[in-house]
Amino acid sequence: MLNYFNPGNTIKIISKLQKFIFALFIAVLILGLAEALVLSPEDYKQSDSVRIMYVHVPAAWISLGIFTVISILSFGILIFKNKNFSLITKSLAPSGFVFNIIALVTGSIWGKPTWGTWWAWDARITSMLLLAIFYLMFMMSWKIVDQENKAIKLSSYIAIFGLINVPIIKFSVDWWSTLHQPSSVNVLKETTIHTSMLVPLGIMTAAFALFSLLIFLMKYNTELLKIKNKGLDRL
Amino acid sequence: MISEVLNMNGYGVYVFSSFVFTLVSFGVLYSVIKIQLNKELKVFETKFNNLEIEKAEIAKKQKTYREILAITSASKI
Repeated sequence: MLNYFNPGNTIKIISKLQKFIFALFIAVLILGLAEALVLSPEDYKQSDSVRIMYVHVPAAWISLGIFTVISILSFGILIFKNKNFSLITKSLAPSGFVFNIIALVTGSIWGKPTWGTWWAWDARITSMLLLAIFYLMFMMSWKIVDQENKAIKLSSYIAIFGLINVPIIKFSVDWWSTLHQPSSVNVLKETTIHTSMLVPLGIMTAAFALFSLLIFLMKYNTELLKIKNKGLDRL
Repeated sequence: MISEVLNMNGYGVYVFSSFVFTLVSFGVLYSVIKIQLNKELKVFETKFNNLEIEKAEIAKKQKTYREILAITSASKI
């Protein structure tokens, strides 16, 4: 699996697959938008405002998933001194951060008609804001620290420390009394969301995942080119 | 019919602003990353085209450089 991410293979994969992934993303997104905005039913309590869920929830899931991957790979960076892992984490961060911001902003927009407020210091919202701060610190560490090895170490420590926040986000709705409802989509327990809403949610999640894959591959290629450009100077 | 879809029982402004914000964020992120990628490809092309012939020969023997050259218009290969 990791062989796919050796420099030569990645450039080949990106140049071949970029257009394909982009086209697939557009197709899945159009289908998802049609389902989310037109075909799916309104909620009996929240009426049409429930449609915000189709961008808010996938964005939150993916930002959380990306940060978890970054944190796990950061252990790999510190233990195995694998520089390719640091390239992967660096390339994953921008899309994770943007999805985090989307989750916060759309959550705020959803909050106004549902709770009557744009913002509340609710456990789930606050921990998601904390995740955005961890993303920012992770990305800033690469900008602020000049020495590459120090930047790799610092960003890894930030990601590992930030991992503590991930279960807090996940279980915040169970541990504390929050404005958020308990999760409706579960792997181990019964999913309480109706299929007519679960399908558009799944399609939009697939579209968002494809977009993050596309951005990751493009960013990884960019980072690789930066290294190779430095290499040309040393020839 | 169309006004009903846009109005969404009074929630249209919230729903559409969420979707528009999401799509604009996607557009901005894609554009920024694309610009960065194109910039690095340009730097590579310039640097490779300014290499001495011997150094260019060394570079083109390496797999990674061959892959990059395949997606740029650098002329020494």
